Amino acid sequence: MQAIMTLKQVNYQAENKHILHDINWAIPVGAQVTLTGPSGSGKSTLLRIMAAMISKTSGELVFDGQPIESYDPVLYRRQVSYCFQQPTLFGETVADNVTFPYRIRKQPVDHDHILAALEYVGLGEQTLTQPIVDLSGGERQRVALIRNILFLPRILLLDEVTAGLDEQNREIIHRWLRHLNVDRGVTTIMITHDAQEIAAASTLAKVVAGRLEVQA
Amino acid sequence: MNLAVNNTSLFFAAMLVLVALGISLWQKLGLDKDIIVGVVRAIVQLFTVGYLLKYIFRVDNVWLTLAMMGFIIFNAAWNAKKRGAGIANAFPIALLAIFISTGVTLGVLILSGAIRLIPSQIIPISGMIASNSMVAIGLAFRSLNSQFHDQRQGVLERLALGSDLLDASIAIVREAIRTGMAPTIDSAKTVGLVSLPGMMSGLIFAGVDPVHAIKYQIMVTFMLLSATSLGSIIACYLAYRSFYNAQKQLK
Ligand SMILES: Nc1ncnc2c1ncn2[C@@H]1O[C@H](COP(=O)(O)OP(=O)(O)OP(=O)(O)O)[C@@H](O)[C@H]1O
Ligand SMILES: [Mg+2]
Repeated sequence: MQAIMTLKQVNYQAENKHILHDINWAIPVGAQVTLTGPSGSGKSTLLRIMAAMISKTSGELVFDGQPIESYDPVLYRRQVSYCFQQPTLFGETVADNVTFPYRIRKQPVDHDHILAALEYVGLGEQTLTQPIVDLSGGERQRVALIRNILFLPRILLLDEVTAGLDEQNREIIHRWLRHLNVDRGVTTIMITHDAQEIAAASTLAKVVAGRLEVQA
Repeated sequence: MNLAVNNTSLFFAAMLVLVALGISLWQKLGLDKDIIVGVVRAIVQLFTVGYLLKYIFRVDNVWLTLAMMGFIIFNAAWNAKKRGAGIANAFPIALLAIFISTGVTLGVLILSGAIRLIPSQIIPISGMIASNSMVAIGLAFRSLNSQFHDQRQGVLERLALGSDLLDASIAIVREAIRTGMAPTIDSAKTVGLVSLPGMMSGLIFAGVDPVHAIKYQIMVTFMLLSATSLGSIIACYLAYRSFYNAQKQLK
């Protein structure tokens, strides 16, 4: 089994608070991991460290054979893409959000690609000009996710992206994530508190009081 | 010239201070100490500057004039820095921004022949440019601070999507530049309608034809636009990085 990311003895402390303890984890290429655990146990913190949004206090994190410190953080985050718990959209319209990945890469906007992504998650072309304040929670979540995958990352880190959504919206996102994982080879780690999602997990990992337990 | 103010008239005009003092005591505003300190400081500072400028103008020495300009720019930067609490290197950033905005603006004025290369024109104009640049930079710094605080989540999300620091900050930087320039643009719109600004008032006072005096005011409007836009843009583009650490994470 080849690991795309390996954590060795990773600790995280903030303001004298020891949040993560000695995390050891080898994440196989192409894995689809469901990460759970009590509120405040450190799940989001763990994913933010993996996404280079914050830095571990000690230990080693290796991505694709190289220590995280050897990457330019900006290029690294394009490979290991993190979608926030309760993401906010920026700018005025949906278009402002879905063209952002092109702008930051100084690449021309691929309109067809954007439309295909929107369509895949049940959103039409008319969504593009829609003001973000008018979107429903489920639409907002899908638009936020599209920003993460227009350029496919190697690892997709999803922080409770289905929380607060109805059955239908959830199913749309599940189907999409399965597609990205199975057909496109994206390694996905998804945080959830949802019993059904936990029951359906192929690989289940649990953070309890800052310590990781992985079950196959 | 009809300039009549002298020590005696100033002494009687000081009664105006008593008005402010009286209001403060009557309404228990607790400002009496501040008013007295403010008035004494104003008198001492202005007398000092008056004699200093008189000396500098009489000596008419290049180095002395440059030293005085340096002093003005230094003080302006120091004051702008106070608005930039939390911004690393706020002082050197403000110093550079004020230095360049003052230098460029002054240079254009001199080259265009609008002002002459003599201390009695260079120094007051430098002071006007530097102080407006200072206010603009102070506003821009404050705007950066509050926006990076209020829009934290949006910045984090842009970073998470693999944006570099400028792309993650550009909306904030632009808004801060706008904030720095806004008062100058607003006052350009109302100049002459609401207030007769200092430059032309002074000239009119000294007996200059108003039609000639307004030309100086037009020049001042131009130069303040240049000073505040240059000052704001330089300061903001140098300052936004200090909201991030070496790992390109938002602090
Ligand atoms: N920068 C920080 N400073 C201090 N405490 C922090 C910091 N970041 C996180 N924490 C604390 O660390 C703990 C873990 O937070 P984290 O967000 O990782 O939990 P979580 O497992 O994602 O919880 P939830 O399921 O509610 O989202 C919490 O108690 C949180 O308050
Ligand atoms: Mg969380």
